[in-house]
Amino acid sequence: MSSKPRSSAGSAASADKSSLKAGAQIIVDTLIELGVDTMFGYPGGVVLPFFDRLYDAPIEFIIPRHEQGGCHMADAYARASGKVGVVVATSGPGACNLTTGLATAMMDSVPVVALTGQVRTELIGNDAFQEADTTGITRPVTKYNCIVKDVKDLARIIREAFYIASTSRPGPVLVDIPVDIQVARCDTAGTVEMDLPGYRVRTKGHSKQISAAAAAINKSEQPVLYVGGGVILANASEELRALAEKAHLPVTMTLLGLGSYDQNRPESLDMLGMHGSAYANYAVQECDLLIAVGARFDDRVTGRIKGFAPNAKIVHIDIDPTSISKNVNVDIPVVGDAKYILAELAKEVEYREREKWFKKIAEWKKKFPFSYNRSASTVKPQYVVEELCRQTRGSAIITTGVGQNQMWAAQFFRFSMPRQLISSGGLGTMGYGLPAAIGAQVARPDATVIDIDGDHSFNMTMTELSTAVENKLPIKVCILNNGYMGMVRQWQELFYNKRYSKTYLSNPDYATVAEALGAVGITVDKKTDVPGAIKKMLGQKRPCVVDFRVEREENVWPMVAAGKNLNEMDGLDILESMA
Amino acid sequence: MKHIISALVENKPGVLAHVAGMFAARAYNIDSLVVGRTEDPKLSRMTIVVIGDDKVLEQVRKQLAKIVPVVKVQDFVGQPVVARDLMLITVSAPPDKRPEILSLIEMFRAKVVDIGAKQLMVEVSGPETKIEAFIEACKPYGIKSVARTGTIAMPRQAKTDTSP
Repeated sequence: MSSKPRSSAGSAASADKSSLKAGAQIIVDTLIELGVDTMFGYPGGVVLPFFDRLYDAPIEFIIPRHEQGGCHMADAYARASGKVGVVVATSGPGACNLTTGLATAMMDSVPVVALTGQVRTELIGNDAFQEADTTGITRPVTKYNCIVKDVKDLARIIREAFYIASTSRPGPVLVDIPVDIQVARCDTAGTVEMDLPGYRVRTKGHSKQISAAAAAINKSEQPVLYVGGGVILANASEELRALAEKAHLPVTMTLLGLGSYDQNRPESLDMLGMHGSAYANYAVQECDLLIAVGARFDDRVTGRIKGFAPNAKIVHIDIDPTSISKNVNVDIPVVGDAKYILAELAKEVEYREREKWFKKIAEWKKKFPFSYNRSASTVKPQYVVEELCRQTRGSAIITTGVGQNQMWAAQFFRFSMPRQLISSGGLGTMGYGLPAAIGAQVARPDATVIDIDGDHSFNMTMTELSTAVENKLPIKVCILNNGYMGMVRQWQELFYNKRYSKTYLSNPDYATVAEALGAVGITVDKKTDVPGAIKKMLGQKRPCVVDFRVEREENVWPMVAAGKNLNEMDGLDILESMA
Repeated sequence: MKHIISALVENKPGVLAHVAGMFAARAYNIDSLVVGRTEDPKLSRMTIVVIGDDKVLEQVRKQLAKIVPVVKVQDFVGQPVVARDLMLITVSAPPDKRPEILSLIEMFRAKVVDIGAKQLMVEVSGPETKIEAFIEACKPYGIKSVARTGTIAMPRQAKTDTSP
């Protein structure tokens, strides 16, 4: 992408020592063997040997402005492409800056491999310059991590890292590599075999459990499929569609599940949970069978756990046994890969009309659609999202910040394809949207990638706009700018007597900031300017930021307040009046 | 309820931190945790005594098994096992009390391992209840210090408890 300055000295490769290979070269060669053609990362002192070997390597390298951004980019690259995202950072502050990104990937089960430099082996533990206990700090936010103490282990450990990150329930893996190990040489002849006696990948579900699940579906009068991000991770959307069609099941999705099932299909109940659709939440509360697939009964989904789906028998299909019966007791657990299990399940289910059930759902849908005041004179944030969906024909890849912007994106964009929505669900990382858009655009150069962001989420990582400009990535950023940390303000309005404590910050003029950084900047104050601005934005070849000055105190509805049952939603009267 | 969990883990740096960190992060209660080598130099055995209900223990087992360097997890609840603690205890033992204390030691099949002017160090091993009982029995004489290993355990071959 960007042209790299070359020194006149040419390659700095050191003198050949027969067949011995330096650790840094082993890392590069192993990455290439594993199919890595794109990486994100930031140089530094103890990764110099590795960066030297990268100089001539056929790997596209994106440099963020902050390692957190780089980690989010690798994460979004993985979510958008289905491949492993790779990020590199130096020791100490570089590694520490990855932690938010790793925790984000951990909560959402994203395959990321982080490579960090470490101080020389003999200095470890001596509080050396830029030393941090990287494996200690990142252990709770990675699926696995380790430090390489011998160059002979390097190739094997990197292979293991990719295997662990991308199999079973995916997640981030960090490999910490002291600088002397990058320099040390070893004979690399012979095969590299993984050695993971404690790591088993279960793919097939138990056939008896699958039959039990099928029997429960065939018997059910009022079933609901409840689908999470696991279906997207497992590339099982097609199998999901086939099952829902064959058995005739309504489908609701978690935030991370959006895109796994086409929301334009009549069986779609859209998102469930705290800000989910009224019809999804009612359906879950009234169903007699809940079939959870690749979802983990998160508190934002279940509401009051004791009152969740009170009449339902629960089938839970998940590759991670720890997810089963963690929050909700499961009647029929099926542990394994969703792609395989859904296909097997589809063979055993029968079509049922379930006329009464679908009629009931249709009534809820009609009565309580996602809605807002369409005749308002102000710029409604929901309108911006609807217009984005309309003009892109629902085909754009959407990334989000966290908060109201994220919920409106989930409620008002209609997702039809897996890997189309890229959002920090579990950790709820503000500032994710912009670096995620960059990572997604790198993965999908021809796609239209739009970050639907909040002003304060954008503030957290807006420095990465330079990264997009430098790498000529035509991402679009739509800031739903209400001047507040909107979701926190909404809670203050509802639960703290409108005492808006510290949730207002003065923002810069985003269009000017964008222009200064080399992007296109547009400001929208008037409702009537929304369609034109979006059209102009979509036509840009440069990164483009549109600052939508939206209604200041708009709220996200419906809302299941903390501790309430899923069917005890606030704001239904508002939806009903706007329907 | 108390469960004795035995986890076979890879003998690698960071595994103990990973296991201990998982317990702390998920707010599980560890009563004791013992790590030692096994017959295979690549593997260590952790014996962890955990208190919790069935739901918690199911999660503990699964979360342990999920840790990459953890190779095998067994919960000995409901099975006949041999479970043993080892304790070193220093008891105040003035000359006039020594005969009494020595007979106590004999009754518990304990062993004097160090003798000082005013105190004795005693080694006791056995089920936790025996260790606790010995501590109680020593209290009247004055306990100077106690060091305990925590429980290690193995399942029995025999179906009934034949321990002495």
